[in-house]
Amino acid sequence: MTESLNVTVDRREGLAVIYTEGYINNQGGEEIAKEAYKLLDEGYKALLLNLAGTKIVNSIGISILIEIIEKMLEIDGKLGFCCLTPTIEKTFHIMGLAQYAPIFPNEEAAAAEMRA
Amino acid sequence: MSEGVLREVTLALPMAPQMELEASKTATAIAESIRMSPDRIDEVRMAVVEACINALEHSQAPDREVFVTFQVLGDIDPEKLRILVHDNGVGFSPEGREEPTMAGKLKAVRKRGWGLKIIQGLMDEVEIRSGAEGTTVVMSKMR
Repeated sequence: MTESLNVTVDRREGLAVIYTEGYINNQGGEEIAKEAYKLLDEGYKALLLNLAGTKIVNSIGISILIEIIEKMLEIDGKLGFCCLTPTIEKTFHIMGLAQYAPIFPNEEAAAAEMRA
Repeated sequence: MSEGVLREVTLALPMAPQMELEASKTATAIAESIRMSPDRIDEVRMAVVEACINALEHSQAPDREVFVTFQVLGDIDPEKLRILVHDNGVGFSPEGREEPTMAGKLKAVRKRGWGLKIIQGLMDEVEIRSGAEGTTVVMSKMR
């Protein structure tokens, strides 16, 4: 059995939203990173990861998300997360990731804050 | 409070991609059977995934297998789910590992190494036994 990750992107004025569907493991993390770096090349400096379609992640996938956070810090950009399961949100807090990439309950709240 | 083993299931997982998800499915089924709350089941699943990944990736076990034992503990009714993730690999020194932090990982080339911290944060009790006979992560969560 294998489970893959589908990634889609919504390009908006000043903000790109990356939607995930499935398991964020090493391959899933790489898929997200590929889309994120493409968006940075296009000039986006605010990225929102909407994980509503992801019910499970692993630490290898999250370590790739940390690489994206590092890149965003380098370019003075913003990376945020929204629509996390309680366990994924708790995991991000355990790791301290939430200190570097804000977590929002929903996309509207995230978009309003990240465009500000 | 007595903690007898009311039920026990063991999986032998080959070292193949995404085997951790098989363990997480079994964890879900057993946790549901003892009526653990959905949020707590989700935490157990994630901890099981992390423990299996550590074993699958780092154990170097010659039999190329990881053994996951699920024990439902209690006196008459289920009170706790205990999970043992065992490999026959080379072992490691839990005391010798450095606690990962985001500040440290942001500067580091290697961003990985979070598994045990996540397991400890999500489960109620965690014990690591490691030596020449391999490694066993023992983790428990109250129902």
